[in-house]
Amino acid sequence: MNRLAFGNTSLWFLLSALLCLAVADIAVTALNPWAEMLRLVRGILRPDILSIEAWSVVWTVAFAVVGVGIGATAGFLLAIAFPHFAAVRVSAMVLRSIHELFWALLLIQVFGLGPTTGVLAIAIPYAGIFAKVFAEMIEEADLAAERVLPDGTSAISAFAFARLPEVAERFKTYTLYRLECGLRSTLVLGFVGLPTVGFHLEGYFKQGKYAEAAALLGVFYVLIGTRRLWARPATVPFLLVGSLLLLPEGIGGGSTLANLARFVTHDIVPAPLRAGDFGSLATWSAFAGWLQAIVWSKVLPGAWNTIVLAQISLVGMGILALLLFPLVSRQLVGRLGQPAGRVLLVVVRSTPEYMLAYVLLQLLGPSMLPAIIALAVHNGAIVGYLMGRHADALDYRADAPKGLNLYAYDTTPRLFGQFLAYSLYRWEIIVRESAIFGILGVATLGYYVDAAISELRFDVAVVLILATVGVCGVIDALSRWLRRELRIPTLATRLADAPAR
Amino acid sequence: MTGDIVFDLKRACAGYNGRPVLFDIDLTVRAGERIAVMGRSGAGKSTLLGLLYAQRPDDVALVPQASALVKPLSVFHNVYMGRLDRHSTAYNLRNLVWPAACKVVEVRGVLKSVGLEGEIFSAAGALSGGQQQRTSVARALYNGRPILIGDEPVSALDRVQGGEVLSLLKSRHQTLVLALHDVNHALEHADRIVVLEHGRKVIDEPASRLSANDLLRFFGGEP
Repeated sequence: MNRLAFGNTSLWFLLSALLCLAVADIAVTALNPWAEMLRLVRGILRPDILSIEAWSVVWTVAFAVVGVGIGATAGFLLAIAFPHFAAVRVSAMVLRSIHELFWALLLIQVFGLGPTTGVLAIAIPYAGIFAKVFAEMIEEADLAAERVLPDGTSAISAFAFARLPEVAERFKTYTLYRLECGLRSTLVLGFVGLPTVGFHLEGYFKQGKYAEAAALLGVFYVLIGTRRLWARPATVPFLLVGSLLLLPEGIGGGSTLANLARFVTHDIVPAPLRAGDFGSLATWSAFAGWLQAIVWSKVLPGAWNTIVLAQISLVGMGILALLLFPLVSRQLVGRLGQPAGRVLLVVVRSTPEYMLAYVLLQLLGPSMLPAIIALAVHNGAIVGYLMGRHADALDYRADAPKGLNLYAYDTTPRLFGQFLAYSLYRWEIIVRESAIFGILGVATLGYYVDAAISELRFDVAVVLILATVGVCGVIDALSRWLRRELRIPTLATRLADAPAR
Repeated sequence: MTGDIVFDLKRACAGYNGRPVLFDIDLTVRAGERIAVMGRSGAGKSTLLGLLYAQRPDDVALVPQASALVKPLSVFHNVYMGRLDRHSTAYNLRNLVWPAACKVVEVRGVLKSVGLEGEIFSAAGALSGGQQQRTSVARALYNGRPILIGDEPVSALDRVQGGEVLSLLKSRHQTLVLALHDVNHALEHADRIVVLEHGRKVIDEPASRLSANDLLRFFGGEP
């Protein structure tokens, strides 16, 4: 009965992606993509290590550490209030639904191009994510000890003695893992001008300096690959203090307070309302017309393109994940194959999808194709890697088949529910990323946000960003509903929950 | 009626997770024998069956403990899995997506013998525990190799159904080694009974020389 539901669901997604593919613009418009590709490969094979900007690496780590640190602290405090106040849950949802890049574009208007913008662009959405994840971990914890505490124990004591010790280990693992995501986020922030590794990478790729880009990217992979070595509980205090001291100087954007006041009371107030005559009907009809124009000319086409891009990418991700996961399963590729597959998938998943799309855009020319490939490959590697871990955690019977038979008859059917759980969870993430990719020129919601900001029409940008939040919210609700209907709502969806090696 | 030696253990020892489970087991099994392995849980029955299976995996149809079904797949696919090694992978993949009519007929025949033909296209995970166990038995029957090793193959069935399944297994497989916990089943269906206690063989006699009381004392009065 479940199998049918699994099969039907997959089929519907496949069908929707095919329909989207029919309407999507996926042409290769570059005149000579192979020549450029050849230069890229040549550059990767001969990385120019001497050109590495050491400070950009330091600042990348500093932004990530401080941003994730503040985000985790704020998220922890929010998590305590999370189950009790709907307002906290809603604000956490809004905070995390707005991508780092959108936060950065807004924050630059207030804080200028400086450390505060970089740190907050990470800290704010991460606080929303941490609040939700920490709250879930607290909820899932074994609370037997709390029930036997003596009556009259204060809430804080109860929390510190009976709950915190149960969840501290998971908090620690998750926070340190998030640091990896934070490093990827700083890269994206480089694209808006903060002096991280991403800033230099953008320049190198734009100028076709592939040898320099390869060296810098190599450093980035090493940073992520060795994260477990340098980011551990004992080093966290040093990392935090060092990062705070080493954060770069900002490019001043005038008085922060004045900027903030202007931004909140003028810039993001819808233009028809700025006159302030809220009693007059004319104001409100002007507002309605203003809103309607944005919805018709920007929100709807932007949302449509976002969904089209996301749907194709999601199904591409699913197919890739199913093809790739055997590479990291010892049961399927053996003791020798597995480590090689693991390196491949870790490298691919460490490559930020935004940068991958940017590179492909240079190679293939503007269309939806670079974004589709980037999203499918990056997310496919993530899900494939996780599935491989699940594949090795299964109990196989002594007379289990081998090779492709094992894959098709045993492993994949048994993991299919888990596969759908991961895929449906990533659905919302992919939609959010699809919106962002608009900044690269695909006409998704981010394209219109970027355009509005460069015209200094922040009121329009805010409406569009909220529309993005709305679309993500709808997809998230749909994903949850599907996971409930498929009876897989309790399966792992987060990286930190996958079985360990 | 007995023939060549099919399994031969000499002073075999085995451990599980570094903890010794079996000590100095001598066991010779000849073709045509029907052996019941008995003993309390933890006595080492599953480990002993594992040692035997490892000696000649290519000649054994296995009924593992806990059925070991692929629950999202249909009963048909789970039974068909018993013969994956005898078809090309391409043919297997085709059968996964679109079962061949001739295979459905074959599998339906096997399922009929365990009373499950009505469930052929149900998901294995939707079946009751007893039905899952019968699916696991059907997979071994369909596998059809001459030796059957079963780890508690009828533990989820009532005594009558269990007896029917054991008779069926006897009629289809030449040699049987079965871990059983029901003394009556063992006396009725096996011609030789091996009892393990704390990892050592304490009884190895023809069933005709044993009575229910001889066996019951190893189970602390289990019926």
